[in-house]
Order: sequence, then structure tokens, then C-alpha cells
Amino acid sequence: METQQKKFLVNEKEVNRIITRMAHEIIEKNHGAKELCIIGIRTRGVYVGERLANIIKKIENVEVPVGILDITLYRDDVDSIDKQPIVKETDIPFDITNKKILLVDDVLFTGRSTRAALDAIMDFGRPKEIQLAVLIDRGHRELPIQADFVGKKVFTSLKEIVEVNLKEIDNIDQIKIVNIK
Amino acid sequence: MRLKRKDLLGLEDLDAKEIELILKTAKPFKELFTRSIKKVPTLRGKTVVNLFYEPSTRTKASFELAEKRLSADVLNISVPTSSVVKGETLIDTGKTIEAMMADFVVIRHSMAGAPHLLAKEIKSSVINAGDGTHEHPTQALLDMFTMKEKKGTLKGLRVILIGDILHSRVARSNIWGLTKMGAKVTVVGPATLIPSKIEKMGVDVSYHLEEVISKADVIYTLRIQKERQKQHLFPSLREYTELYGINTARLKMMKKNVIIMHPGPMNRGIEISSDVADGPHSVITEQITNGIAIRMAILYLLSGGETRELTR
Amino acid sequence: MNLLVKGARVIDPSKKLDKKIDILIENGKIAKLSQNILSKKANVKVIDAKGKVVIPGIIDMHTHLREPGREDEETIATGTRAAAAGGVTSVVCMPNTQPVIDNQAQVELILNKAQKEGLVNVFVVGAITKASKGEELAPIGELQRAGAVAISDDGNPVMNSQIMRRALEYSKMFKLPVISHCEDLDLSKDGVMNEGYNSTILGLRGIPTESEEIMIARDIKLAQMTGGYLHIAHVSSKDSVNLIRKAKKQKIKVSCETCPHYFTLSDDAVVTFDTNTKIKPPLRTKEDIRAIKQGIKDGTIDCIATDHAPHLDMEKNQEYELAPFGIIGLETLVPLIITELVDKKVLSLPEAIKKVTINPARVLNLKKGTLSVGSNADLTIIDLNLEKTISTFMSKSKNSPFIGRKLKGFAILTMVNGKIAMQDGKISK
Repeated sequence: METQQKKFLVNEKEVNRIITRMAHEIIEKNHGAKELCIIGIRTRGVYVGERLANIIKKIENVEVPVGILDITLYRDDVDSIDKQPIVKETDIPFDITNKKILLVDDVLFTGRSTRAALDAIMDFGRPKEIQLAVLIDRGHRELPIQADFVGKKVFTSLKEIVEVNLKEIDNIDQIKIVNIK
Repeated sequence: MRLKRKDLLGLEDLDAKEIELILKTAKPFKELFTRSIKKVPTLRGKTVVNLFYEPSTRTKASFELAEKRLSADVLNISVPTSSVVKGETLIDTGKTIEAMMADFVVIRHSMAGAPHLLAKEIKSSVINAGDGTHEHPTQALLDMFTMKEKKGTLKGLRVILIGDILHSRVARSNIWGLTKMGAKVTVVGPATLIPSKIEKMGVDVSYHLEEVISKADVIYTLRIQKERQKQHLFPSLREYTELYGINTARLKMMKKNVIIMHPGPMNRGIEISSDVADGPHSVITEQITNGIAIRMAILYLLSGGETRELTR
Repeated sequence: MNLLVKGARVIDPSKKLDKKIDILIENGKIAKLSQNILSKKANVKVIDAKGKVVIPGIIDMHTHLREPGREDEETIATGTRAAAAGGVTSVVCMPNTQPVIDNQAQVELILNKAQKEGLVNVFVVGAITKASKGEELAPIGELQRAGAVAISDDGNPVMNSQIMRRALEYSKMFKLPVISHCEDLDLSKDGVMNEGYNSTILGLRGIPTESEEIMIARDIKLAQMTGGYLHIAHVSSKDSVNLIRKAKKQKIKVSCETCPHYFTLSDDAVVTFDTNTKIKPPLRTKEDIRAIKQGIKDGTIDCIATDHAPHLDMEKNQEYELAPFGIIGLETLVPLIITELVDKKVLSLPEAIKKVTINPARVLNLKKGTLSVGSNADLTIIDLNLEKTISTFMSKSKNSPFIGRKLKGFAILTMVNGKIAMQDGKISK
């Protein structure tokens, strides 16, 4: 895929501010962080989830466990995607039954990844509640799914990609909009 | 990343990268087994036909579980060997299955090349679940997965295959796979059961078990079939056990961290003694568990992407 | 009608002839060979063969016509048409039909039918033993009087050495050659391909070369012992050639043939499980191919024959182990010889022609394989430069491993007894 015209949306400092604000909102809405478990969707949802957990710990002094979810096997497009994704391990080292699950992803787009993640979580047990937190909501939903916590809402065209870079994997914190040629 | 092929017919055709991909993909599938719900929806709406021309318990069960855990619809067809000669031809059976819109055909057949014949004629992905004395690729992949899991790497691993190499599709597929992954393979057995020019496959040959076992990281012993005795391939099972049986006395000559493998079903007390088969070095039951993960990985990797074309 | 073949290079190894010369055919016989024959007579049809090669009609000394019994695979009518299409003017058919050609009635049946329906000359080989069971001698004298030109239990080798000895002894009285299909059935049991690296990786049961060589060695000893006329069919392995070479040095009466596939294909061709590579003896190794070519070159191998063995698609299109042995060969004989032997400088053109004309005629005592004046006008015209990709056949069966192969040097005219049986690929009615 050739890309051009990168448009900076959010820089490093702002990424931190957004995540910090989201952490506060999460604590506020849940009246603390007890019973809360974070499950991050591979790959970048995991890092956003870990950062949220760190901030929550600083504020509330509560250890929020973070699990990793690989949704590849739950996707609805296994035989139509060009590059078949590599299946990676899911690692949810806690029992989710009767817990409040905060599902974390980097970008909310069609809603299909969230759908796949919800199905996957349900196979692990019966949580009390699932909330959704995303760094960017770029619109264009194809399923009736909304996030409970949104870092930033962006209006995009279908010809654009939202590229999230995080230090843990990309060495830099930034969010860009890129045009697909 | 995906397997850029319609069928999985043998390890002779795969390169090291493809083997690596399958082994790597099997790992997350194995993780699924620790969950209370072991099923994922990946192949929902896909149809898999298990076409078995040869009786098989474990391979068939393993494939069936793998298919069901991926949520595929599974149809089992067992054709008694007697009707191979008289009944419907393989190609006609294949065409019938294709017309039922099967996405995959898993075939076990008593004759070498049967999966290849089928793969040429039908659009469905064909997976070889053992053809005659030719190949048994999924078995070798699960074996390599097990070795890698236990030993960390296949490169430089010393693997000894013991027994009826001549009639063993498991041995052939393991030799292709292991040599491609950089393992050092030695085949051991009576001269009558070592096929002609096997050294050309990149293995060492020995007729004397005790001369080679001390160096082995993996001891892989094969099932010996009584019928071979009638074909004058060895004088008696007793003599076979004496020369090639794996028992506690021989285990003591091996490395402390050696692992013992067997593709099953075992002849306890013949090629392997019960105490070794059930002992701490044996990974035989893990091979079975890993078999499901490997078969899930293969089904997943063959299901991807582009429209399937006939390879001919 | 009389015919005049003009302008061709005429090669007749029986007369050591190789020059540009015209041939006049009158009343079905060769009337005259000389330069610049003018066609004065009104009823002479001139065949312009400029730039082409004219040779004595090709004799295929090893053909399975399948009639009677397996007319679904081939008949005398279709088999002789395939022969004509391939430039072959005489076929020598093997007796392993159903029933086996082991009595005079069977021989006469074939010859009568060939007279009526055959497009080329048909010669018959009778069985060595009754029903080719290897147990009792067939009535060899009766077979010869009915017209058999040799005896053979092709396809069902005589395993009993005593019976083989008696066959060689007895047939000697009639100067009838014994064509031996050399295969030790115990060693080849259940085998479907050559034993070696390829059979090992394919997991297919192998047939060792020794299965052939042991029986060749036995038959040579028996020929030496009895003074009988031994002809070894379809030689495929290096040591088979060595054994025969040695026997010939010892002046033992032994001749032999090989087939085009044994100097063209090795067992590497089996790796696709293409059942059109399944034959007996099996395709051997590249080393064997080299030895076969050497044997052809130094004269150890006298003849080249097709072992034309038609089988139906439905028989061949199944599991390798279930498919029958055998491939067709009449229509690929000439181009394989030209492409693999002449163009690759294994043999000169006249040497190559010898192996399919006068040599088989001598082995079988046939008055064929020559363009001598007065002999029946059997001749073949070859276009050495014609290239074709093998795709269709006149034979009723299509089991050829050469389908899709581009070959050079094809017969463009086949004349049998002064009549054109094939011209430019078209078969006469």
C-alpha cells in the first residue's frame, strides 16, 4: 500500500494527556477501580491498557490486572483478508467471571474487532460488565457498538488510515492520519 | 503470512520457512486448550470432509477435534479398503465431495500418491493424513513441534528414528522435516527394513542401536508390524525386541535429558517397554495433545485469502 | 497403382545404402532403385520426397494388440492404424491376449483378422507354455506351422528354469527364437517402480534391477547350454547390457531389444505419481539410461521395439499401485529415436534405422526390413525436421508418458506392400 500526505493529529505529550484523562474518567465512572480488569486487544490496545493500569495505580493505589487478547481466530474475514494475520497467544491470567472488564483498543473503526473481542471474552467466562475504551474513534461503524471512553474523536474519510504509534513498539508516541493512494 | 499453497501433501514440498510458520502458529492454538471453552469460531461455515480409506483411530480423532474446535462442519466418510479395488474410483469420490462444496478434504489412504491424485482433480484443499508408506506430514509436524517445545530448537538436534523405516510414512515425513530444520537424523533398524539409498535423504544409517543411542537428544521409535515377519523381513519379534527394543537398560545408556517419542499405537513390550513408555522421558501423550494444535494451525493456514485454484 | 518416390535420401542399412536415389514400386514390390527415374507410364503416381528420408518399413517386434479379449483397449484394426501413423509397417504381436495365443487356432485367428482389418503387416508370437502359465510347453511346432515367428511368455515370465531350458532346446529345432521377458517374480513382487532413491522417498514398493538381471543371466546360461535362440525383451538396466555384451563375446546366440522409454526417461519421472510412468520393467536411473545408450551404440542392443501396451484412461487414472503396467509407443517410436539418439549423436541415422528394420527382421527371420528389388514395398518416409508436441493418438488408448513433449523427426508416409497406409498424418481407409 502506498501512502502519502501524513497529517499529524496528536503528538507525544498529548498522547499522555489523553490517556491520563481517560484513566480519570474510568475511575470516576466506576467509583474507583476495584473489581476492574483490563483486557487489551493485540497489539497496541495492550500497551494502552498497560498505561491506563499504571496511571490508575498511581491515583487509586489499586493493582488492575491486564490481560492480552488476540482476536485473530474470532475475526469474520479469515478467508477474505489478503495477508492472513499471524495468530498469537492470548494471555488472560485472571478469572473474568463476575469482573468488570475494561476492553481496550487503539482505534475504533467498523466495530468488527470489538465484536470479535466480545465473543472471545465471552468464551473465557461470564463477566459482570464489559466497558470499552479506545484511544481514537474514527467513525464509520458497521455494527451498533459505541465506546464508553474515547481519547479523541476524529472525522476521517474511508480513504484514510489512522496510524497509532506507541513507544513500547514504535519508539515514539504519536497519532497520524495517512491517505491511502 | 500464510501458506501459499492449496494442499498439504507432504513435507518434501515444504521449505523451512513454511514449516517454521506452521510450528509457530500451532503455539497459540495449544494455548486454547487451557481454556474452559476450547472452541473458536474461525472456520465457521466451512466444511471439512475426513475421507478415510484406512482404519485410523488417533489421527482421525485428532483431525476431527481440530476441525470441531475451529467450528467447521465435519463429515466423516470411511471407505473400507476392500472397496478401493472394486468400488467407486478415488477421483469419482473426490468429485462427489467437491460437489458438496467441501472446503477441505483430509485423506488417509493405504496407497502412496492417493492425496496427490485427489488434489490434482478437485478444488478443495487436500490434507494428507497418511498415504501408504509415503508421507504423513501432520504427524511429522506435531513431532517436530513436540521436539521444539521440549528442546528449544530443532537445529543441531540429534534425532534417532528406530525400526521399520521401509514401511514408515512417519519416518519419511520426519526425515524431510527434520533435515530441513537442521536436525541430525540417524535411522536405525534391521538392514531389511532400511530402504534403498536412504542416505541420499541426508540421514545416517546404523544397524546397531547401542552404538548410536548415547548421542541422541530424541529417541523416536516406530511401530513394528507383525505381518512383516511373514515377508521375511526379520526372523521374530523376540529378536527384534532384543536388538531394537527401547527399555530401561538402554535408557541408562542415553543422555539424561533424552526424550522418547512414538507415533502410536504402541506395541508395549516389543518396540518399547511399558516402564519407558510411561516414564519421565516419554512425551508420547504430549504428542497427542500437540497433534490437535498442529492440525488446527494447518487448517487455519490453508483457509486464508486468495481464491483457490487447481494447482495443475 | 504404381508409385515413384522421388528426390529422397534413401537409407537401407541391409544394403549399406545411403544416397539420393529414386524408388519405383510396381505391383506392390520394389521394382527399381536408381537415380532420376522418369515416370513415363501413365499410371505412376509420383511422391515428391525431396528433403525427406526413405527407409525400409519399420518393424516393431514387440507390440500388444490386445485382441482378442481386451478390444476396449486396442484392436488389430486400431493397433495397426497406430502403427501406420507412427511409420511402422510390420508389428509383431505378443501372445498375452485373452485367451493366450498358445495354439494354431489362435495364431490363425489373428492372422486372418489382420488380413481383413489390419492396415500394416501383422506377425504373431506364440506362447512358450500353455496359457503362459509356465507349467507345460505349448505346441511350439504347431504354432510355427500356423505362422508364429517366435515364442514368448511376455508379461508372465517363465520362472521354472527347467521349462525354460526345454523351451530353448525344443524351439531350436524350428529355428524359432524364444523372446524372454526377464523378471524374477519373487524379487519384483508387489513392486511398482524401480528400487532406489525415488522408490524410497515415494514410499512405493521397488523392483530391483536384479530381478531382470538374474533372469537374463539364467537365460544366457540356458541358451549357452542348449544352443537355442534367445532374444531378451525390453532391456532396461546397466548390468543387463553388461551381461548380454559378455554373452555375445562368448558367441552365445543371444539378441536383445530395448524400448524408447528406457533411453529417454528415468525413474525421476515417477515423482508426480503419473501412472503413465508405470511399466515393466520399470524406468531405471540416469546411469542405466547412459548404459542403454552405450549398448545401443556398441551393438550389444540389436533392436529397438515399442512394447506398445495400451490401457484405458479409467485404468490408468487411479492410484499408482492400482494402475496397470504399460504404455503405448507405436506413434512415438520414430521421433524418440530421432530426438534422443540421432540428434544427440548416440547413433548415426543409418545405424538407428538398422535397429528397427533389418535387425528385428534378422532376429525373427522375416523377409522384411530391406528395400531390395523384388521385396514387398514396405517403406517409411521420415521428415527429420518436423517438430510436433505429442498430444493425440490413433491408438485406442492414450497412456503415454510423452504427452506434452516436443519431439522432432516424424514419419510422414507409411507404405505397406506398395499401398499408402498413412500420408501426412492421415490414415488411408
